[in-house]
Amino acid sequence: MKAETNLEKLFNQGEFVVTAELGPPKSVSTELIEEKANLLRGYVDAVNITDNQTAIVRMSSLAASIIVKKNGLEPILQMTCRDRNRIAIQSDIIGSAALGINNILCLSGDHQTLGNHPGAKNVFDIDSIQLVSMLKNMRDKAIFQNNEPIKYPPKLFIGAAANPFADPFEYRAIRLAKKIKAGADFIQTQAIFDVERFSRWMEDVRSRGLHQKIYIMAGVTPLKSYKAACNMTTVAGVTITEEILERIKNAKDQKAEGVKICLEIIEKVKKIKGVQGVHIMAVMWEDIVPLLVKESGLYPRPKII
Amino acid sequence: MIIAKRKPIKDILKMIDKNKKILLVGCGTCVTVCSAGGEKEVGILSKLIKIAFRKEGKSIKIIERTIKRQCEKEFVEEIREEIISCDFVLSMGCGIGVQTIAGMFEDIPVYPALDTSFEGMPEEQGVWVELCSCCGNCILDKTGGICPITRCAKSILNGPCGGSQEGMCEVNKDTSCAWQLIYDRLKKQGKLDNLAEIEPIRDWSASKSGGVRKIVREDLKL
Repeated sequence: MKAETNLEKLFNQGEFVVTAELGPPKSVSTELIEEKANLLRGYVDAVNITDNQTAIVRMSSLAASIIVKKNGLEPILQMTCRDRNRIAIQSDIIGSAALGINNILCLSGDHQTLGNHPGAKNVFDIDSIQLVSMLKNMRDKAIFQNNEPIKYPPKLFIGAAANPFADPFEYRAIRLAKKIKAGADFIQTQAIFDVERFSRWMEDVRSRGLHQKIYIMAGVTPLKSYKAACNMTTVAGVTITEEILERIKNAKDQKAEGVKICLEIIEKVKKIKGVQGVHIMAVMWEDIVPLLVKESGLYPRPKII
Repeated sequence: MIIAKRKPIKDILKMIDKNKKILLVGCGTCVTVCSAGGEKEVGILSKLIKIAFRKEGKSIKIIERTIKRQCEKEFVEEIREEIISCDFVLSMGCGIGVQTIAGMFEDIPVYPALDTSFEGMPEEQGVWVELCSCCGNCILDKTGGICPITRCAKSILNGPCGGSQEGMCEVNKDTSCAWQLIYDRLKKQGKLDNLAEIEPIRDWSASKSGGVRKIVREDLKL
């Protein structure tokens, strides 16, 4: 075991793992985090704490992760390369691990010009793949990026993202292989709306034997309304099929249709060989997660043996 | 070459004191080619300033000169007399030109009429694109002659990221994804294997991150 987090243990047990996403508030309100954590506890195995997602300033991922952990839910700390150089990242990683936050998801980060401080200067000292390899070296070789030894190295369970819906399609499995080579332990994909394309990507992944080297979690997002779906299409890296847009647009009860579509997608991806979990990104709709977990037959969550 | 564009006239007017004698200096190299600060643009800006002053009933004296390169002291020397005779210099050179003149004539204020934008090339008539960041450690051999540090919005070295869609960048839908371009170029050259290798964390000390840069060639020094 690399970090002995619940997430790692459950993957090790061969369970189909469920994670969700919790966006920290744009304020000091710990209540908002506690509310969301209470809602999700028991229904998910761990929860991603986003790092100023879409480049909008929020409470830091580390602070929110600590609050989530105190509330009995295991955090997956998201770490982007947009706002921190290698000095700040390594410092935050050591700090996180010291506080018992050991699941880290490595991301490049949404560009700041797409967020609410478009005039900010970015960092991008390293990229997401380099971030993965840096953390692996901190953990396994007990060295900093400059090769200096770390006396008490951090225990980390290292995650990364994959987007089968980005281009060029034929390069996407190769890029996953690079993330595995860099040291990623688990993958969460971008939200899946086009199951056919996701299946083709998984075929490519399996043909390279990559599914045996990493735990792959399929990302899903329930659409609350046609308007929410349209907003989602503007999010970098997200594509929603015409068919789904039409379905939700024409539905009498758009919320119910959104849930139905999401459950159908979960049902389909569960059956795809090599998928070992589902990551539910219910953006601004966290309270739907328990229902999705129950209805998709993923409740109760397994115990750690 | 260096690509620049002229500042808005209102910003330029704010720099200019009334009833003064200005030397408006163009540059005959990069900014002439990118139509920002050559002889022609000096003439246009001079007229715009005069019109603005006349509208307000004020007068101004502008001497127009364009030298071959503002970034070389020997060319600036050619207009020494004019510089000394003026109250201030309004430079239509790039930021290097402005600083070269300012460094040679410390008593005389030198103001920039241009915003120096980037190192690039004219892609088509009226369109200039950025191609180089002067990072001091070129990797174009690995990337099919396309610079990801400059042309990828996130300067990713192991791209393309998850925001690359239909060949375009997530940051600006009018901008090609540099890594899609790299992928296509390497595919044509039968070198896609390059992309399977992890490009390691980079030493940025040769770039601006390493502090102010200077090259000293002992073999060329007098």
